[in-house]
Amino acid sequence: MAAFKSTERYIATRDLEVAVNASVTLQRPLLVKGEPGTGKTVLAYEVAQALGHPLIEWHIKSTTKAQQGLYEYDAVSRLRDGQLGDPRVHDIANYIVRGKLWDAFEAPEPVVVLIDEVDKADIEFPNDLLLELDRMQFFVYETRKTVVATHRPVVIITSNNEKELPDAFLRRCFFHYIRFPDRETMERIVQAHYPDIRRDLAREALNVFFQIREVPGLKKKPATSELLDWLKLLMVEDLPPEALRSKETHLVIPPLHGALLKNEQDVHLFERLAFLARRGGH
Amino acid sequence: MFAHFILALRQAGVPASITEYLALMAAMKAHVADYSVEDFYYLSRAALVKDERHLDRFDRVFGECFKGLEAPEGDLRKEIPEEWLRKMAEKLLSPEEMQQIKAMGGLEALMDRLRELLREQKGRHQGGSKWIGTAGTSPFGAYGYNPEGVRIGQDESRHRSAVKVWDRREFRDLDDDIEIGTRNIKLALRRLRRFARQGAATELDLPDTIRSTANNAGTLDLKLVPERHNTVKVLLFLDVGGSMDEHVRISAELFSAARSEFKHLEYFYFHNCPYERVWRNNRRRHDEQMSTWQVLRTYGPDYKLIFVGDAAMSPYEVEMAGGSVEHWNEESGRVWIDRLISHYRRSAWLNPTPQRGWGHVHSTNMIRALLEGRMYPLTVGGIDAMTRELSR
Repeated sequence: MAAFKSTERYIATRDLEVAVNASVTLQRPLLVKGEPGTGKTVLAYEVAQALGHPLIEWHIKSTTKAQQGLYEYDAVSRLRDGQLGDPRVHDIANYIVRGKLWDAFEAPEPVVVLIDEVDKADIEFPNDLLLELDRMQFFVYETRKTVVATHRPVVIITSNNEKELPDAFLRRCFFHYIRFPDRETMERIVQAHYPDIRRDLAREALNVFFQIREVPGLKKKPATSELLDWLKLLMVEDLPPEALRSKETHLVIPPLHGALLKNEQDVHLFERLAFLARRGGH
Repeated sequence: MFAHFILALRQAGVPASITEYLALMAAMKAHVADYSVEDFYYLSRAALVKDERHLDRFDRVFGECFKGLEAPEGDLRKEIPEEWLRKMAEKLLSPEEMQQIKAMGGLEALMDRLRELLREQKGRHQGGSKWIGTAGTSPFGAYGYNPEGVRIGQDESRHRSAVKVWDRREFRDLDDDIEIGTRNIKLALRRLRRFARQGAATELDLPDTIRSTANNAGTLDLKLVPERHNTVKVLLFLDVGGSMDEHVRISAELFSAARSEFKHLEYFYFHNCPYERVWRNNRRRHDEQMSTWQVLRTYGPDYKLIFVGDAAMSPYEVEMAGGSVEHWNEESGRVWIDRLISHYRRSAWLNPTPQRGWGHVHSTNMIRALLEGRMYPLTVGGIDAMTRELSR
């Protein structure tokens, strides 16, 4: 079986590689948490690509029910068809609508399933999927049929920590917390995304970026995805690296900060700090 | 093979179970980690730790079990975040004092010294002027006479009516993750649930559909109803700091239970008695305050108001304008409590102290009278009585 490794576009740290490989080998779900913008969702795409499996995505919303991932029985269509005298009405199987997990279980080849932002759903949602994710099978009451996975899919679950997940659910998963990348990893990530970026520009930009992250009291710290957006803007605007370098004080408001600071209070805080720093410099 | 490791983890408070242990063993057998210690570390972390809050404890236990390093000292939770020390110093020291510290080598030096002492010191210490301990004159420790000192891990407020307490729990929001012991409270709170059908009609209403289909001479006529939701709205006012220190644990349990029971739960913190400002985030209580007027305007009278506090304070804090221990309040606590309970149709006060002691504290009697006797002990029975009162 192909092991998961960093690719040209996705830089995975060694601990992430081990966690993914463990969950692939043992065929257990992998739960990924981490700051927003550290590449949790992208991980599933990359794992699918590395293993050469198709990816089935199931994005969770606050109204999503566990049952919807398995199947739904469309009783209303059946009633209507019954009135219109459609012969299909005699077979209930015609009105069973398959969900994402059913698709994944009965796929002819192994697949990667992404259950994205599992914490958005109702608090009971993970509990309703315990057996399905453990045994990779479920029972369809309407047709008295058990759907069993032909190949156990690789399941990747992401969470933003909005709700606590139940212990029973956690016990069945491998867990990985994507730590915020350190400077060295970040340099590799930037290289992977923009191989032709100017060296000095990238260095200055990273300096500014890590300085911003260290400012205490920021509501939303900029993360990898924000950095990448910002770098792209800097490259499009063709700013010289000198524009990022501060002259006398250690803190300046970076150009195009809109890509990094997504909260007006943060921008305000930053302006205040920069003002203080400037005043203190004299 | 690694049984002692799992046991050590459990002892340090990382909830690893047999299932996870077996998963780790299976992964080892499948050669996920091969023969690299580093990979084994990553693998066991992925298999055994399910919450990033436990990562640090895991690291320390791992170090202890597999490298023969010294044992993690004492309570693993007692690590003092540097940011916290820094913030406290900023708050406590006047600009002149900051200057003095600068002359002594700056805050950094002070912190370094503290760290050095922590490393040097083994065991508990009381008195003296150098070691971190209790009742000394060293700037580090607790119960000391140097108010600007760094107070470390003092378990509870020494005097019940301490004016200002800078203890670690002041910098920690009430932990809403405590699960043990909350089940009973949850069951009691469940009485407050009231279901109503609101929102988009998504559920098939079978009786109505049959009725209207029959009325339609057999032509299908679908009727839908909205789903049932819990519609009880709760506004929690939690007392933090000062004399409440001893009750933080039980209040945290209540908070944890309430949070998962209700969809509309708003909470605010106050100190001793609610005045014109309350706050949401205890860590940033001084920067992110909200006007109580705004709370009154934002959350309508259909919210159920629950105060949680020991109601033990100086009578001035209730009666007098300017009686607050923290700031100058234009209007007395009595005015604010009156205002709050007349705005909200249902309100109650939960008191974590034992009920038989209430009569001995003057302010408790005053507040109890203000709420017309709707003060309940923070016990399962008390919550039960309170929810019955609130849902009448």
